[in-house]
Amino acid sequence: MSIRLQNIAKHFGTSRALEPVNLDIRDGELVGLLGPSGSGKTTLLRIMAGLETADREPAGRILFGNRDVTNLHVRDRRIGFVFQHYALFRHMSVFDNVAFGLTVMPRKSRPTSGEIRARVHRLLEMVKLEELANRYPAQLSGGQQQRVSLARALALRPEVLLLDEPFGALDAKVRQELRRWLRHLHDELNFTSVFVTHDQEEALELSDRVVVMSNGRIEQIDTPDTLYRSPTNRFVFEFLGDVNHLEGSVRDGVLTCGDARLAVDLPDGAEELLLRPHEVELVESATANAHLPVTVTAISPVGAEVRVELEADWLGEPWLATVRHSDYERLKLTRGMRLFAVPRRWHRFPDERSTPERKRLEVA
Amino acid sequence: MQRIGDAPRVRRLLVFLAVALSTLFLLLPLVAIFAQAFAQGVGVFWTNVSNEYTVAAIGLTLFIALLTIPVCLVFGVALAWLVTRFRFPGRRVLQTLIDIPFAVSPVVAGLIYLLLYGRTGWLGSWLDQYDIQLMFAWPGILMVTIFVTCPFVARELIPLMQAQGSREEEAAVTLGAPGWTVFRRVTLPNIRWALLYGVILTNARAVGEFGAVSVVSGAIRGQTNTLPLHLEQLYQDYNTVGAFASASLLAFIALLTLVAKASLEWRAARREVHP
Repeated sequence: MSIRLQNIAKHFGTSRALEPVNLDIRDGELVGLLGPSGSGKTTLLRIMAGLETADREPAGRILFGNRDVTNLHVRDRRIGFVFQHYALFRHMSVFDNVAFGLTVMPRKSRPTSGEIRARVHRLLEMVKLEELANRYPAQLSGGQQQRVSLARALALRPEVLLLDEPFGALDAKVRQELRRWLRHLHDELNFTSVFVTHDQEEALELSDRVVVMSNGRIEQIDTPDTLYRSPTNRFVFEFLGDVNHLEGSVRDGVLTCGDARLAVDLPDGAEELLLRPHEVELVESATANAHLPVTVTAISPVGAEVRVELEADWLGEPWLATVRHSDYERLKLTRGMRLFAVPRRWHRFPDERSTPERKRLEVA
Repeated sequence: MQRIGDAPRVRRLLVFLAVALSTLFLLLPLVAIFAQAFAQGVGVFWTNVSNEYTVAAIGLTLFIALLTIPVCLVFGVALAWLVTRFRFPGRRVLQTLIDIPFAVSPVVAGLIYLLLYGRTGWLGSWLDQYDIQLMFAWPGILMVTIFVTCPFVARELIPLMQAQGSREEEAAVTLGAPGWTVFRRVTLPNIRWALLYGVILTNARAVGEFGAVSVVSGAIRGQTNTLPLHLEQLYQDYNTVGAFASASLLAFIALLTLVAKASLEWRAARREVHP
């Protein structure tokens, strides 16, 4: 079922949690709401669920498919909601937790207890927790609790599943597993899902589209790929990964910063360029276009790439570069080594409103 | 190496003080009550306890406690719910107001009720026109007892409900549960131990209240005499055995309450380990 938010705003007392927001989520889509804490992402999710009401002024609308649910109570919206800390009923067994939604249905439409039992067992099978049906939430691990809470939310076969930081409190490995599992479930059962996260990696990996938020505003809505490659503004760029800054002044097509020089095709004046760690190449001697002397201060050869920390007099904050293991071995990188950095590509956001500029440099 | 506060001499001194003081001030009086009550044998004790006025006092006391508990229960739950689940102006003031019955001396509370609801009181004189008498009758006793005991349940529930938060209730609502079902199946089971604990405290206080009740009861023997009032009358009449027989009944109720409370705490502690 598609979700359409029109002009949804929210104040808590005098502080503004959400500026008027418009958002269209397509039927069957898996959308991540990404932002730092206080960006309004959870508020937006809770408004979709009906756990918060949007401001009366300006009058906004929430549509599920063609159904206007703006003034519909949570219990009639037919959504599945997964809470950040699971919010399992602590005095009920796993079975009773999952069965809850079915057992509170009005007597007329409620399935028989046999049907309920069969359905709950199917759900528990789906989340691989059949053998724990009689346990209590306190006896389960975090990952197991989260799976129970998902099964509970899916028991009423909602067409919309909303998840508030679903994996926030879990350790990295369980998180990875649950993410994959949620993606799988989403594709199989074909509901529309919206989840909140502050973890860029999670949002980019899991979502069909990501909504980046800050300060109660939507900054950008795009596919993970587009978002990462062409962020619309500086906030999105900085929020989606590590960033290296190069500040200096341009004169006659050369940006100078202390004893560092970089040929740029920019008008004269103060400039700030931004680079991702993988856009920094390390070479043994300066090139015609780039003369950026740096010293290696830390090396972390863990993972697919080697992370190298770089310092220099002309740098305010150290840079981070990621190099391939082969380059790491070829250059024989050690701490204290002096090298030259060459930007393969850089970004600049001169004015937040205008389109950003990206430049690819030929490495000479 | 020694841990802080683990000096053996200090420890022994503190243990001795604790034992000595609780024996002198708690245990000994309790033993004395029963010793005095049975001083002239079980027969005399029984005669005193089965005395018409004593039986009436026991009846009235239990009757008042029985009416007080449900009122305080509903009031306490409603108040705790209001204070922990909603944000509204005056919430903090309300939380402070709950403590008034604890802060005010019960005698003062009794006098206020007398002033308000007595025959010449502001509301009492109006009620008198319709021949409704509250003071010097059981409704008056009930009113002051409720006043004195009403904070117990709310006081037990508020910190617990604050700590538990409303996430489980929200979850229940997203699953389509109507309000009453949410309360019955989610809220109530989560607070039941605190609720029972509050009831036990309420009961203990309702049974034992003297000050406020003595002002509004009129202490009419066989009619408006509660057990604590009856006890004091017997004592004034130099019927020591009778007084202590009644006292032993009160002490017995108190002990029962304590046992109930301890077993609840024990079960609650056990639940934490094996839910």
